[in-house]
Amino acid sequence: MDFLFFFLFAFIAVACAVSVVVQKHPIASALSLVGVMASIAVLYLQLGAEFLAMAQIIVYAGAVMVLFIFVIMLLNAGAESRAGRSYAAQLMGPPLLVALMASLGFAIMRGFPGGGTVKFDSFQGGTAQNIGYALFTDYLLPFEVTSVLILVAILGAIVLARKEMD
Amino acid sequence: MEFIIITLIKLAVIAFVLLTALAYIQWVERKVIAHVQVRMGPSRVGPHGLLQPLADVVKLITKEGVMPPHANKFFYLAAPILAVFMALISISVIPFGTEFTVLGHRVMMQLTDLNVGVLFILAVSSMGVYGIALAGWASNNKYSLLGGLRSSAQMISYELPMSLALAAPLLIAGTLSLRGIVDSQAGYNLGFIPKWAIFTGPFPQIFSFIIFMIAAFAETNRIPFDLPEAENELVAGFHVEYSSMSFAAFFMAEYSNMVTVCSVATLLFLGGWHPLWPESMGSNFAAPLILAGAGAICLYHGLNPARPFDRFTLPAFAVIFFGLAGLMAFPPLVPVLTPLFWFLAKLSFLLFVFIWIRATLPRFRYDQLMSFAWKFLFPAALLNLLVTGFLVALVS
Repeated sequence: MDFLFFFLFAFIAVACAVSVVVQKHPIASALSLVGVMASIAVLYLQLGAEFLAMAQIIVYAGAVMVLFIFVIMLLNAGAESRAGRSYAAQLMGPPLLVALMASLGFAIMRGFPGGGTVKFDSFQGGTAQNIGYALFTDYLLPFEVTSVLILVAILGAIVLARKEMD
Repeated sequence: MEFIIITLIKLAVIAFVLLTALAYIQWVERKVIAHVQVRMGPSRVGPHGLLQPLADVVKLITKEGVMPPHANKFFYLAAPILAVFMALISISVIPFGTEFTVLGHRVMMQLTDLNVGVLFILAVSSMGVYGIALAGWASNNKYSLLGGLRSSAQMISYELPMSLALAAPLLIAGTLSLRGIVDSQAGYNLGFIPKWAIFTGPFPQIFSFIIFMIAAFAETNRIPFDLPEAENELVAGFHVEYSSMSFAAFFMAEYSNMVTVCSVATLLFLGGWHPLWPESMGSNFAAPLILAGAGAICLYHGLNPARPFDRFTLPAFAVIFFGLAGLMAFPPLVPVLTPLFWFLAKLSFLLFVFIWIRATLPRFRYDQLMSFAWKFLFPAALLNLLVTGFLVALVS
């Protein structure tokens, strides 16, 4: 059952990821990205990380992607027209991609032979309580540094936007 | 196997009750607003217009679905499905009563008790924005697009104070499971003040309850925050171009969202199914007494009819109310039905407040809406969360 769901949602995630690139319309691409985020959240759920799964949906599939779609709708971006590609790129593209993936897979298999597969139900400690304790004890400094980084990004965005307004 | 059968039965019951309730909330809303405005409201189809929702359903199903030209076909059709799906799915984690045993099987009055139930509801409601935003964009209409944009901006803005207001009672409850949150509010202070989140704890959550309710109005696009469908500026906003069942889907999504936010407010702030006063002071008798009182009023007006047909309809209602009162007072059913009664009573009260405010308040202006969210509601929710967190840390 676990493996069935894993392969189902892994397949959806990959299919949506391909669709992000292939779709012509920016809204369709953005929605495919929502599909990727949501199916990754299901994979988190299978690993026992309930809090992370819900945070993934709230933050990425919800807040971030809604802003993407909001901006696309606001700019009223239309469907892209496909630029003509060179004959060589059309011919060589797919085989080269397969070759790249194969060599990457080979390198990973060689580099980490004892990696094994992910075991479901063996990974514990994904509840909100565990994550809260971890964040505010062991990882307090990285957590605070990250929040300062985000604050800097927000201030930067405001400064840039103000310059535009004047 | 037993689990699957019980779940399927619960699923069927909950889906049937919810969908019927959604149709009848609309009847209640029309009736209440009509009486506030000194009108009669629906009164033609069935006694007191009670069959009006049924007639509306038949009307909406048999109407022709019109597709506007140059609309994006896929997203135009997907948007209402997405909206109604995201709205209905959150009912699956909402508990509405205690556990009981029937024929040797333990049954929870809830589809599933997630240990991240609150986050699940937030996640699903944040996905619900897509339905409205896409509907506005895909209809290829400038009014719809404006409505969709407004609604996504409004829902993102009000999600922040709503989530912050939700976080404060969670600090006191110490769990994210909705059933666990309700269980943490059992009992009474001083013997008669219920330990609901708005009355108790190191810091009574009355402010976060008010902030949550205000944000909930905005999240469900209700008056005074119904900017996305402001009729006199945008015709009908994001669903201008929708007709037939796809229009009904948006309607159902709106009412279902209302039920969800009211249930969450009931569970987190108003103690779920815990009664207002202790059982030792006779809270178990409240339900049969209220229902019998309603029956008596119906019977009285049936015997002194204001309109000729009241002579037949009102006594029938009286019999139904007396029957329900008898069911509530039937000893073996008391532990099952009394919690359900209290939960539904609180839920209906909050839903009534939604309707009441719709009949009372005018609409915000768009800049007022945004500055209210960011300059008042958000800092207030943040302050409330800080004070609550500080006091919880101090006490524990």
